[in-house]
Amino acid sequence: MSAPYAKLPAWADYGLIPLINLIVAFFVAGLVVLLVGESPFEAVQLMIKGAFGSGRGIGYTLYYATNFIFTGLAVAVAFHAGLFNIGGEGQASVAGVGVAVVCLAFDSILPWWVTFPIAVVAAAIFGAAWALIPAWLQAYRGSHIVITTIMFNFIAASLMVYLLVNVFKAPGQQAPETRTFLEGANIPSLEPLLNMLGIAARRTPLNITFFLALLAAFGVWLLIWRSRLGYEIRTMGHSPKAARYAGIGEKRIIIVTMLISAGLAGLMALNPIMGAQDRMQLGFVGGAGFVGIAVALMGRSHPVGIILAAILFGMLYQGGAEIAFEMPNITREMIVVIMGLVIFFAGALEHMFRPAVQATLASLRPSSMGLKPKPAGDA
Amino acid sequence: MFADVLISLLDLTIRLSVPLLLACLAGLYSERSGVFDIGLEGKMLAGAFAGASAAAVTGSAWIGVAAAVLAAVFFALVHGFAAITNRGNQIVSGVAINFVVAGATILFGQAWFKEGGRTPQLTGNARFDPITLPFADALRDVPLVGPIYAELISGHSALVYIAFLMVPLTWWVLFRTRFGLRLRAVGENPAAVDTAGVSVTWLRYRAVIVCGVLTGLAGAYLSLAQSPGFVKDMTAGRGFIALAALIFAKWKPVPAMFACLLFGFLEAFGIRFQGTAFPFIGQVPVQLMQALPYILTVILLAGFIGKAVPPKAGGVAYVKER
Repeated sequence: MSAPYAKLPAWADYGLIPLINLIVAFFVAGLVVLLVGESPFEAVQLMIKGAFGSGRGIGYTLYYATNFIFTGLAVAVAFHAGLFNIGGEGQASVAGVGVAVVCLAFDSILPWWVTFPIAVVAAAIFGAAWALIPAWLQAYRGSHIVITTIMFNFIAASLMVYLLVNVFKAPGQQAPETRTFLEGANIPSLEPLLNMLGIAARRTPLNITFFLALLAAFGVWLLIWRSRLGYEIRTMGHSPKAARYAGIGEKRIIIVTMLISAGLAGLMALNPIMGAQDRMQLGFVGGAGFVGIAVALMGRSHPVGIILAAILFGMLYQGGAEIAFEMPNITREMIVVIMGLVIFFAGALEHMFRPAVQATLASLRPSSMGLKPKPAGDA
Repeated sequence: MFADVLISLLDLTIRLSVPLLLACLAGLYSERSGVFDIGLEGKMLAGAFAGASAAAVTGSAWIGVAAAVLAAVFFALVHGFAAITNRGNQIVSGVAINFVVAGATILFGQAWFKEGGRTPQLTGNARFDPITLPFADALRDVPLVGPIYAELISGHSALVYIAFLMVPLTWWVLFRTRFGLRLRAVGENPAAVDTAGVSVTWLRYRAVIVCGVLTGLAGAYLSLAQSPGFVKDMTAGRGFIALAALIFAKWKPVPAMFACLLFGFLEAFGIRFQGTAFPFIGQVPVQLMQALPYILTVILLAGFIGKAVPPKAGGVAYVKER
């Protein structure tokens, strides 16, 4: 997934190319806005105002970004091994079962700072467990991980309906959701922190899971670029043949990478369940698993890029609500269109502008393109 | 009594299999040529929306079908542009198309018709009516054959017959024409086809266009025949079930039909016997019935019921220079 076409300097590869792809995606999104009869410029203004114009907006933007950091990291870790994990949506929703079970069991007896770590572990384990069968099938039977993870998304969707309706639903209650958690499962909101920073935030769902997401991003950086396992993962992603030659166990890497990936996707469940709604509702993942694909592609599978891309998508989610409110012809689904366009231009057409960028750079500064011999090292 | 239930169950099976069958055959053309298509779902949805919109505005179901096919072919060409011309990742491209369509249909639906993403209810000529085959009414009272002919075979819309006729046609095209031979070859070994002087790119584009036409028909069936108009997300994962059926059928047209009928039967069974308790098993949760096609596909992919071997060059862009 990460094998480059032609060598570009790192700043072009990680900065310029994604930026061009992003601009084109937003240009096409602007055309769509024009087509439904609204002004794209006004839409952008509304979106930025909605996302960053108020303390509440900022809180929501970062709350959504938290979800997307987890799912983006999940997709990215798999990308590094050359695997495409589309199953983040299903893995996160099954992880929610783990979180809910922990919260329902301990919320009356333990304080939150004991419940939370247990819930973190449960989320990771339940998420990873949902990827175990696809991972095992890919490693030992060669079944295409893309198809199996998609199938597991659908199976998870059915399973969640079944569990919420038949198992978790409190008696005498209509909505398919668990009961509201008690004190012991309420994790702290970050409102005081925002207020301390001079941002007047009220009723925002932003919570300490945000820091867990940043920690996870740092952990992924350590794993991929500073650990032996990460080296093996990257080797396999670049060339499975080379990996086999170097004695790296392909099957082991596939399974371990998928479990880590799905575990990260699973952590996403903490944010809405423990941080915002204090209960597990049907459809709490809300497409975050799929946004993760766009985030990972845009962030070029690097934690820093993923955090930035996640904040951008958080802005789209929050600002998009503002646009939908103000512009009668635009609905929330505009975000889904933008997400699709970003996946298309940053993912499927990532090489489209490369030859042009390469030619331009080469004519401007031949040395930057490695036309003169230079020490190898950056790949 | 039992026969009546059975016939109505099978009748529903046929109705529910048609969109699966059209989409499955669409995927068959594309994947046999070496272009993976995760975007069947999106193209079908685009077809359903364009078809219902055009039919609502013009009042003609056939203009609706034409619009559905055009919309689906447009997205098929977008996929082709990314996958064939730009050698992009075919799976990423398909995922992207699914999202763009899922969002855009609701967005445009709301902007144009202001009914919360729906199109207006279609009536009269804007919809496909059931066709009564000759002698269907006369034969109705003949035991056994009568009900089967009158209920099961007669009384469907034109698109149903087109869908089932596509099965022998696809078999013939694929295994008895030069185009079909080359199509299969380009999915297995594009270099050989290239060496023979046949354009890999043009062959794959033609396959992708056929895929677009068939997904367009599948979408048109959903919004013009099965339901009176477009409802948001009305494909509801059928594109992926079709993909599952394609793998189940090992990329062959006649088994594809049976796979789609099987998955259609599961859906029909789930609808008819929702909440019924069975002897020995008890009540089967409806969610299990809904998940069954996906579970079956995973079991198949695992290679426990015969191995599904995809076209060798599937998912790989062809690079002439190498």
